[in-house]
Amino acid sequence: MNNFWIILWHTYITKLKTKSFIVTTIITALLIVVLANMNNIIGYFSDDDKNQIAVINETEATFPLEEQLAALNENMEIEYFNGTVEEAENKVVEGEYEGLLILTLGEDNLPAGEYKSSSIADSTVAASLQNVLQQIKTDMAAEQLNLSQEQLAELYAPVEFNSTALAENAKTEEELSQARGLVYVLLFLIYFAVIMYASMIANEVATEKSSRVMEILISSVPPIRQMFAKILGIGLLSFTQMVVIGLVGYASLKRNLSSMEGGWFEAFGFSDLSMSTVLYAGIFFLLGYFLYATLAAFLGSLVSRIEDVQQMIMPMTMLIVAGFLIAMFGLGQPDSTFVTITSYIPFFTPMLMFLRVGMLSLPIWEPILGITILIGTTVILAIFGARVYRGGVLMYGKSSSYKDVKKALQLSKKEDSAE
Amino acid sequence: MTLKIENITKKFGQFTAVNDLSLSIPEQEMFGFLGANGAGKTTTFRMILGLIDPTKGKITWNGKPIDYSTSELIGYLPEERGLYPKLQVKDQLVYLARLRGMKKQDALNELDIWLERFKVPEYKDKKVEELSKGNQQKIQFISAVIHRPQLLILDEPFSGLDPVNVELLKDAVIDLKNSGTTIVFSSHRMEHVEELCEHLCIMQKGKPIVHGELREIKRSFGRKNLIVHGDFSMDFFKSHPLVKRARITAEGANLQIEDESAAQQILKEIVDLGFIRKFMIEEPSLNDIFIEKAGAAYE
Repeated sequence: MNNFWIILWHTYITKLKTKSFIVTTIITALLIVVLANMNNIIGYFSDDDKNQIAVINETEATFPLEEQLAALNENMEIEYFNGTVEEAENKVVEGEYEGLLILTLGEDNLPAGEYKSSSIADSTVAASLQNVLQQIKTDMAAEQLNLSQEQLAELYAPVEFNSTALAENAKTEEELSQARGLVYVLLFLIYFAVIMYASMIANEVATEKSSRVMEILISSVPPIRQMFAKILGIGLLSFTQMVVIGLVGYASLKRNLSSMEGGWFEAFGFSDLSMSTVLYAGIFFLLGYFLYATLAAFLGSLVSRIEDVQQMIMPMTMLIVAGFLIAMFGLGQPDSTFVTITSYIPFFTPMLMFLRVGMLSLPIWEPILGITILIGTTVILAIFGARVYRGGVLMYGKSSSYKDVKKALQLSKKEDSAE
Repeated sequence: MTLKIENITKKFGQFTAVNDLSLSIPEQEMFGFLGANGAGKTTTFRMILGLIDPTKGKITWNGKPIDYSTSELIGYLPEERGLYPKLQVKDQLVYLARLRGMKKQDALNELDIWLERFKVPEYKDKKVEELSKGNQQKIQFISAVIHRPQLLILDEPFSGLDPVNVELLKDAVIDLKNSGTTIVFSSHRMEHVEELCEHLCIMQKGKPIVHGELREIKRSFGRKNLIVHGDFSMDFFKSHPLVKRARITAEGANLQIEDESAAQQILKEIVDLGFIRKFMIEEPSLNDIFIEKAGAAYE
């Protein structure tokens, strides 16, 4: 076996076997399962625990509270309370009731309510009660005005409103929301992959350097081969983790799929994806990973102690955070000039160019130019990085700053410039 | 099978780490590389390994330049020990051996032989960070020789070891030499170099100040050691015309003199001063030569 594959495999296997990796994967997978089953879990805990609300009606009239609650499918029970307000309040404090609703009639002969509870942290109960009362009030008001149910429905019917793009092959509303969903997911994927795996690479390099095993490695294998074997090894690792999490996620979603239909699942556009968008997602994700991984390996080779790694890769983290924030802004306004310009800055390209290509109808040269810039930058960074890497691993100074780049380059130089 | 270093110079900016060094080390020879701290030993080793390129000059092994295509032929024990702290000894050594072109099964076989030889077979499945420093050193040594290199570079191989383990490693080094390996090693411990090397070189600020065969170096040093133990004050030796260098000890004095006739002369002078318990002429040790030659530059 070529030593490229030996390093790749070694990086992959040793990382795969570490406790932290296994624990992280399991925890994330569990989290996905929990999230996918959130409805069931909440339902499970609140099934036999309906909120009991005491109601004191200070008016002559009766209100159809139960019917409205049932119509809104709210998880609470009301009980008319025969006693004074003080008695009811005491029972609320003792915990017998979740809250107390006092109904009155206003001057306009319309219902008004006051809600009392030992704490108002759980605003959902108050909000649903308000909702119910609003409905009752609307009905009563309509009655007073002699409006029929049809007239009322007409009043509340939403306005018909459609937007259509006139440009040729512009995205339809439906395509846009699909793209938005996918862009959203990819942004998070790139963000987390870079934050997690790039710092893993930087750490890996720094560990080899601080344990000085690097001197032996670098005398057996060329640095650039070493660097890319490591980047691919960690890449394979991240792929493994994503496949595990993806499979778990898919399995638990599939069980709940029926309840998801028409919900966010469809709104995010997963039901029917366009091939080109998926293709671009893959390309930009991979290129983004390589760009940041190369940068991380390069930065990792500059530190002498593991403790300095975080400090060293801080600017890189800032870059990815900045890209992420611009992309979040760009989701609403993908055609703004700011997004257009920044999508050609290589460190932002994976997020922003994908955002644009997914949401706008760009001429084909734009994404291709973006991809070219991205590949070009990665290659330059790799060549430059490999030289610094070679020099950097022989440097064991106290400080680890960007000034060391120059020193590292000098160490790896073939000919002294003085000659 | 010769390591040839031809007029190499290495500059780091204004600083010259190695200045016009030329060496030729034939097959099956153990070459000692001496020098004070910062004399340029490690830099020279790194240039031999191709880790850094010389500013001027060239280094060849067997007439060919040393690069990644020859890395399988070379073994390296760095001065700063380098192993993965969290990796098992077995995984570690097999990985490093495979990077130097060895098959996995061969590496495993060889590994058992070496662990047995160094009397540490029980460490095979232990993590490196759990081992003592001396035992890590043995593992590091195995990682340098497991792939049976033709050229072995040992930077301070015996530092941090107890005398028993020094003997173990020394025997291993001698066996490797006898089986045809060319060995270059550096040390601060003169007695090791004296014991192991026929040829040596003392570096001083990047330049070789002494270079050649051990016996020849000793002879051309032109000094002898004279040890005098007796019951009288030896202070006058410090200003004695025949004494080049005097060190007063608890029991008497250690002197450096030109030759045996000077000893004769001194004996005549001191015979009446008191009882002489010891009067002995010795060949100079490498230590003396080193201090004389390398120390001179500090003065």
